[in-house]
Amino acid sequence: MGSYIPATGEERQKMLEAVGLSSMDDLFSVVPEEVRVKSLNLPEGLSELEVGQKVSGLAARNQQFRSIFRGAGAYRHYIPSIVKTVTSKEEFLTAYTPYQAEISQGVLQSIFEYQTQMCELTGMDVSNASVYDGATAAAEAVFMCQERKRTSVILSGAADPQTIAVVKTYCESRSVPVTVLPVDGCATDLEALKASLGKDTAAVYVQSPNYYGVIEDMDAVVAAAHEVGAKVIMGANPISLGLLKTPGEYGADIAVGEGQPLGMPLAFGGPYLGYMTCKKAMMRKLPGRIVGETTDDQGRRCFVLTLQAREQHIRREKASSNICSNEALCAMTASVYLAAMGPKGLRQVAESSAAHAHYLAGELAKLGFKVRSDKPFFHEFLTDSPVEPEALCAALAQRGILGGLPVDGGILWCCTEMNSKAEIDELVSILGEVCGK
Amino acid sequence: MKLLFERSCPGRGAALLPACDVPAAEFDAALLRDQAPRLPEISEIDLGRHYTELAKQTHGVNDGFYPLGSCTMKYNPRVNEEMAALPGFTQIHPLQPVETVQGCLEVIYESEQLLCEITGMDGMTFQPAAGAHGEYTGLLLIRKYHLSRGDTARTKIIVPDSAHGTNPASAAMAGFQVVSVPSNDQGGVDLDALRKAVGPDTAGLMLTNPNTVGLFDPNILEITKIIHDAGGLCYYDGANLNAIMGHARPGDMGFDCVHINLHKTFSTPHGGGGPGSGPVGCKSFLEAFLPSPRVKKNGETFSFESPEQTMGQVRSFYGNFLVVVRALTYVLTLGKEGIPEASAGAVLNANYLMKKLVGAYDMSYDTQCMHEFVMTLQGLAHDTGVTAMDVAKRLLDFDIHPPTMYFPLIVHEALMVEPTETESPETLDEAAEVFLKILEEAKTDPESLHHAPHDCAIGRPDEVTAARAPVLRYSFGG
Amino acid sequence: MSIIPAELKYTKSHEWIKEEDGVFTIGLTDYAQSALGDIVFINLPEEGDEVTAGESFSDVESVKAVSDVFSPVTGAVCAVNEALLDDPAQVNESPYEAWLIKVENVSDTEELLDAEAYEAVVAAEEA
Repeated sequence: MGSYIPATGEERQKMLEAVGLSSMDDLFSVVPEEVRVKSLNLPEGLSELEVGQKVSGLAARNQQFRSIFRGAGAYRHYIPSIVKTVTSKEEFLTAYTPYQAEISQGVLQSIFEYQTQMCELTGMDVSNASVYDGATAAAEAVFMCQERKRTSVILSGAADPQTIAVVKTYCESRSVPVTVLPVDGCATDLEALKASLGKDTAAVYVQSPNYYGVIEDMDAVVAAAHEVGAKVIMGANPISLGLLKTPGEYGADIAVGEGQPLGMPLAFGGPYLGYMTCKKAMMRKLPGRIVGETTDDQGRRCFVLTLQAREQHIRREKASSNICSNEALCAMTASVYLAAMGPKGLRQVAESSAAHAHYLAGELAKLGFKVRSDKPFFHEFLTDSPVEPEALCAALAQRGILGGLPVDGGILWCCTEMNSKAEIDELVSILGEVCGK
Repeated sequence: MKLLFERSCPGRGAALLPACDVPAAEFDAALLRDQAPRLPEISEIDLGRHYTELAKQTHGVNDGFYPLGSCTMKYNPRVNEEMAALPGFTQIHPLQPVETVQGCLEVIYESEQLLCEITGMDGMTFQPAAGAHGEYTGLLLIRKYHLSRGDTARTKIIVPDSAHGTNPASAAMAGFQVVSVPSNDQGGVDLDALRKAVGPDTAGLMLTNPNTVGLFDPNILEITKIIHDAGGLCYYDGANLNAIMGHARPGDMGFDCVHINLHKTFSTPHGGGGPGSGPVGCKSFLEAFLPSPRVKKNGETFSFESPEQTMGQVRSFYGNFLVVVRALTYVLTLGKEGIPEASAGAVLNANYLMKKLVGAYDMSYDTQCMHEFVMTLQGLAHDTGVTAMDVAKRLLDFDIHPPTMYFPLIVHEALMVEPTETESPETLDEAAEVFLKILEEAKTDPESLHHAPHDCAIGRPDEVTAARAPVLRYSFGG
Repeated sequence: MSIIPAELKYTKSHEWIKEEDGVFTIGLTDYAQSALGDIVFINLPEEGDEVTAGESFSDVESVKAVSDVFSPVTGAVCAVNEALLDDPAQVNESPYEAWLIKVENVSDTEELLDAEAYEAVVAAEEA
């Protein structure tokens, strides 16, 4: 059996004596007999060697694909070695939330750096220190926009379906009316948007590039929403912002998204990173922890958690969000990733992802996989499939390739800088065989 | 310390990616950003040194004693990290075909079985990414349950005045009104006040037991009965589960649903504030409302399933999966004997340290504690002017992370001490000496304590200016 | 010892009130600002909002606390001291000049205290 208790049996006996008890059982004498556990149905404990074998065995039951053409909310990008080196440092790993600024300057400064980078990336003024994931970031953003006379929310139907699902869950419990717009050719139906907007509209959420990879007409979205006084929440893949126009440039009020592509592995869905940035006017509505710069009692620059009166530990039931633990280490991961990449590296990742996706789209078209939208796309696109999509993906899986995701009777493909031309050519050649071409 | 941006020099960086081997994608200029983000350009060695410097100014569990009450800062075993870093987990796409992720599903399924046994629950979801997220999810279970019975009148959640701030905040987010009930003089729930608070509008109660003053509420069965008799449900906040694992189960105390903090009780690291994981367990009658998807076992294989009347999703995918891998590794390591032993060790350590301090420091409740105890420095502050804050800040000079300060709100000048089971008797002895030394200083040189810490990288920060004129990002100037 | 100007009216929850031609100016007393400590932000209503006697219309943030400010009257907000949004420290520095809101069309008023009665309230809390 493994144990992480340093005290030996003998030492424990002495400690018991010191507190005036005779047995370990006495420690629980205040627990009523009726609720004391009589028998615990757990397996015997394991040594480190055994547990390593057991859990590695579970990992071995998964299939690792050598080649991945699937995104849909989780993206495989290259993770620089230094990212893992930094984030596995024990000081960062084992620290709690930096409430004690005097011994937490390292974590606090790294969050301040992260906030700055996310503001730069999204073109916004203020960032928080992270929330759970992109979907909950969108939900929290919706709540930021609630005003007494404006409560309803309009969601693009072309956004990530999980984000839509989470926002709906959050809104239902607070009785916030939600409208999900229809999809028009893999993009937000702008006419439907205009028809849905009203003076009770608090916010419009649109993701771009959207779930289908399409770059939305954000200028039109922002103009329509702002005309009726509604806020705009723009969801964006942070990698795309190395290249594409930012939420800030479009005039969005809040930017949110899934930060996983910034140095986090796929990891079967988590831990991931919800980022949130906004215009200065909304600063005090931003949920979660925020780090600010100040000086210490000797005038030296330092960093602290600030604007805490917004948060649950002070405002309790009046807080706009209940968030406490966030994804701090993932935010640090993103920050190291962005620092390692630099502006040119990030642009290179974005351009390479888009280039490979466009190359793949061109090759697939030759096999009859027609791209369903004629709108510009970033690194994902939806095609028809001349063969039943599930069967096609099964055939690819046998060759160690994770194909695009079967969606709406077609296939949602994704490329990143990880998918070399050779890898794409191999995929296309296998697809040719499967399609009999 | 220089900021990343102050270390930047144009043109620097590492060669991380090959040149693109296909033609560039063409985009209309109107779709492109105007200027590149001002990310730092840094050589790898400078980047490495930057973070090494930041690490030196960060206090983790591995840097010293961390008795932060209600946060359970126990040791984070290395083997957990190694298991969570296996490529067989990290390289798995969350939307792979189910037959290719059987290992991941087994991790979730097995964790569910083990943690349900420890909590006395029947089903569990791992989607919540943190404790507060778990609270919210648990409250949605309660909400869905009442609504499914057509009972729309149950709009109120009862929360004791000693509760964590997340409890009332989560209740409000879940659409409930919060009713606060006072604590009795033992720090437990005032039964008369509770009886008066319940009614046909009671949706449920949120409670942690042991409570936030570190005491097990002996009336727990009466408390849950009062709620059930009124038609409400009982929610267990697992923040303090480390006191009772393997000794008492929320399910046996009458709780209908719980959240647990894998990053507290089950040894996964806090990472400077997250990622955590806040799985929610429930009794069978609530399983139909759990978030979607859940993992089901059919013979030897595993699959996903959406509960019949699911609340929907509270997060993307399946939660913070790698955190679950760590917790599973931990529970498998400790097993049948180790789990109760861990809690017994935590309670022993807390009582041992309390015993060393009692008499010198005033305890808010002078009785045997569970895994943590709360001191009140009201008397000291009155006599010497030295506050809980001053004592906490002075501890920093001795490489001890201060206890939780000014919580729970029902205790004045509170310091809440939770040593955890993974500290040795020597560490506790040394910490006790430091606490006593500081007390001595409070009596002989109180002025000096107002300016503590003396030996940290920085002195006390100006939090007022930080909040009045917020500077929340680096300014590039020019 | 906190300053309590004789010409103003007060509430038990430490707001001061000055009435002029049916317009009620409301602020926080010296005792209130001192008890709150350094004020870092004040959430204020907007012009045109309705306030209700005995209900919170604003909250005041210090670094580690937030406190409600209660309206002594029912009516419509006709002016808001927006300077406080940028410089909340004015309430600490000169509480009787740094008014929060002005209310008109007042239909209901809480029981207001004169300076002497309020002084007794403060004395009782300080004891």
